[in-house]
Amino acid sequence: MTLAEAQAPATRAVPARVKIVVRDVTVHYGEKQALFDVNLDIAANEVTSFIGPSGCGKSTFLRCMNRMNDVIDGCRVGGEIKLDGVDIYRSGLDPVLLRARVGMVFQKPNPFPKSIFDNVAYGPRIHGLASTKDELNAIVQQSLERAGLWNEVKDRLLSPGTGLSGGQQQRLCIARAIAVSPEVVLMDEPCSALDPIATARIEELIDELRRDYTIIIVTHSMQQAARVSQTTAFFHLGYLVEHGETEKIFTSPDDQRTQDYITGRFG
Amino acid sequence: MEKTNSDAEHIVKSYDDELQRLGALIVRMGGLAESQLASAIQSVVQRNSDLAQQVIEADLQVDNLEDSIGNFTTRLFALRQPMAVDLRFILASLKISADIERIGDYAKNVAKRAIVLNQHPQAEVVHGVRRMGTIVQGMIKEVLDAYIERDLPMAMAVWQRDHEVDQLYNSLFRELLTYMMEDPRTITAGTHLMFMAKNIERIGDLTTNVAENVYYIVKGTHLDAARPKGDDTSLLLGPETPPVSTGTEVGSSS
Repeated sequence: MTLAEAQAPATRAVPARVKIVVRDVTVHYGEKQALFDVNLDIAANEVTSFIGPSGCGKSTFLRCMNRMNDVIDGCRVGGEIKLDGVDIYRSGLDPVLLRARVGMVFQKPNPFPKSIFDNVAYGPRIHGLASTKDELNAIVQQSLERAGLWNEVKDRLLSPGTGLSGGQQQRLCIARAIAVSPEVVLMDEPCSALDPIATARIEELIDELRRDYTIIIVTHSMQQAARVSQTTAFFHLGYLVEHGETEKIFTSPDDQRTQDYITGRFG
Repeated sequence: MEKTNSDAEHIVKSYDDELQRLGALIVRMGGLAESQLASAIQSVVQRNSDLAQQVIEADLQVDNLEDSIGNFTTRLFALRQPMAVDLRFILASLKISADIERIGDYAKNVAKRAIVLNQHPQAEVVHGVRRMGTIVQGMIKEVLDAYIERDLPMAMAVWQRDHEVDQLYNSLFRELLTYMMEDPRTITAGTHLMFMAKNIERIGDLTTNVAENVYYIVKGTHLDAARPKGDDTSLLLGPETPPVSTGTEVGSSS
C-alpha cells in the first residue's frame, strides 16, 4: 500500500462516472406516499449503500432501479431514473431485459429448487447468452468463480442448490445474478441472514465485484455500509436526507438526523 | 453546521453512562495534572522539597488514569463501535489523555528540579516561572471545561492564549541569560529554572493540543490553521559577542 492509499483509502482516484441518474423520484403505494423527491447520482464501479430505519423507503427506492415495484398493485413511481442516459420507465422498455442489466440479490438466499448448475445457467439460457454447451459451461464456471463458490461446489454441480449452507446459497444467488453479465447489482440486505464468516466472504466478494459492476446495497448494519461502500445515502421517513462519501457520513455527517441515527439516538 | 447539540440520549442508556464516565475520567485526570503543576510551582516558590517529593510520587496516579482511560476507550470501540460525534469524542478523549499524561510528566520534572534548586540560594527569577505557571494552570482548567461543555469559543481562547505563554517564556529566557552572565555562580540554578520554564511552556503547547481535539469533536474536521508560534528562543543569540548557541530544544524529559 502506498502512502497516498493509506491516507485516503476510500476516496476516488478519478472522478467517478455516473451510472444512474435519479431525479425527483416519488413512490406511492395507493394513497400512501413512500418516497419523496429523491435526487441522486450513482457512480459506476462503486458500492453505494442505502441506510436508514425500517420503513424509511430505502428498499422501495432500491426496487425502483430495476422496476421490481411494477409487480406491486397500486404502486406508482414518478420522476425519472436514467441508466446510462436512458429512462428505465419509458414505455416500450422491456422490464425483463432491464433486469438482466440490473440484477438483484435478496435478503434471504432464494436458490431455485434445481441443481447448482441449473441455478446459474437459468439466466444465460432464457436470455440466450450461450450458443453451445461449452459456452454455457464456461459461463457457469466463471460466475461461480467470481462469486467465490467454485472450489466449494465444482464436484457437486448437479446436487440441489438448496442443499448448500446459507452463506453458500447467497453466493450461489450472486453467481446467478452475475451470470447474465449485468451492469448493476442491487443487494437488499444480502447478509442479514448470514453468520459473520459468511458475511465477511460476501463483503470480500462485493469489493471484488465492484471492479466490473456498479453495486447498490441496502443494509441495516452500519458497520457493513462503512466497510463496503464508497458512497452512503441516508433515508428517513421517505426522504433522502443526506448522501456523500461514506467516510464523511460516518465520521462527521452534516445532518442532525443522520448523526442521531448512526449514533443510535433515534427514540 | 454545528453538530454538538446531540442532547438526545442514546437508545441504549448504558452507552450514555459510559460516555459520561469517559468525560468524567478525563476531567479527573486533567484536574489531577493541573494540581500537580500547581504544587510543583508552589514547591519552587516556597522552596518546599517535601511538596516537590509528593508531586513526584503522585505522578503515578496520572499515569494510572491514562491506563484506565486507554482500557475504557478500547472497550467502547470494541463494544459500541461508535459513529460520528461519539466516535470523535472517544477518539479525541484517548488523545487528550495522552496529552494530559505528558503534562503530568512535565509537572513532575519541574518538581524534580525544585528539589535541586532548593539547595541553591533563592533567585529572583522564580517569579517569572510562577507567572507562567499560573497562566498555564488556568489554561488547563479552561480547556477541560471547554472539553466537557463542548465549548468551541472557550477552547479557541485557550489555543490563542498560548501565545502569551510563549512570550513570557522568551522574556524569561533572556532574563535568565543575563542573570547567569552577571554571576556565573548562578548558572546551575539558572539552568534548572530555564528547563522549568521550558517545561511549563511545553505544557502550554499540550493544552493547545487538547483545544484542537475539542475543535475536532465539535466540528468533525481538524483545525488546519497554524497556531501563533511565539517561542523564538531557538533563534536567539546571546547578548555577548561572539554569539553562543543557546540549544533550547532539550529539557523535555521527565
